[in-house]
Amino acid sequence: MNPGPTIRVQAQDFDLQAEIDALAKGRRDIGAVVTFTGLCRDEQGSLTALELEHYPGMAEAEMRRIADLAIERFSLMGLAAIHRFGKIRPGENIVLVIAAAPHRQAAFDGASFMMDYLKTSAPFWKKEHLADGSSGDWVAAKDADDRAREKWRT
Amino acid sequence: MVKLVYFAWVRERIGKPEEEMELPDDVKTVRDLLVYLKTLGDEYEAALQYPEVIRVAVNQEHVEHHEAIKGAREIGIFPPMTGG
Repeated sequence: MNPGPTIRVQAQDFDLQAEIDALAKGRRDIGAVVTFTGLCRDEQGSLTALELEHYPGMAEAEMRRIADLAIERFSLMGLAAIHRFGKIRPGENIVLVIAAAPHRQAAFDGASFMMDYLKTSAPFWKKEHLADGSSGDWVAAKDADDRAREKWRT
Repeated sequence: MVKLVYFAWVRERIGKPEEEMELPDDVKTVRDLLVYLKTLGDEYEAALQYPEVIRVAVNQEHVEHHEAIKGAREIGIFPPMTGG
């Protein structure tokens, strides 16, 4: 049974346990739940916040497209992806992915696939706010993220 | 008329989040569009100086630079994505 993914783009924080419960509570067929939480780092004290910008409508649509691919490819029993926008401070949550499957490998792979594609295809951008009060640069895309996605093209 | 929406440093350099415009008939592909926009002023030139890094979405779906923009109601123009 695939209920379809849970996709949300929101300013407010999320509650990890509540989201796991929403996906898996009461189910007797799920054997593995893998969660990934991405947080804001302070980059050795130089960064006071990240400003997350997104393309409303397309961000949700692209996350849903990737999630549908992950559900199909890894036969997931549930998948949730929640991405925040706005100003996020070090230690705060940015993104959550939860993958549920009968066995662990599909859940690990499903969560990893979702994140690798989300980072390179979902329309979000990060701008740095620096400790000296200045507005810093836009975070540059990393080749390593492209390579992480490419490894799934087999 | 087509609606153009800009994000991140493309938005900052052009100086506005979105605008509507009538495109010339000979602007047929994404590449044509980026070349055309660069002629509209210094701010567009600054935003699109290196068009090869710019990503484009037509009607909120990713497209490659060689693809046609026929039928576009909304075209998103933005840098490589850095979410997650």
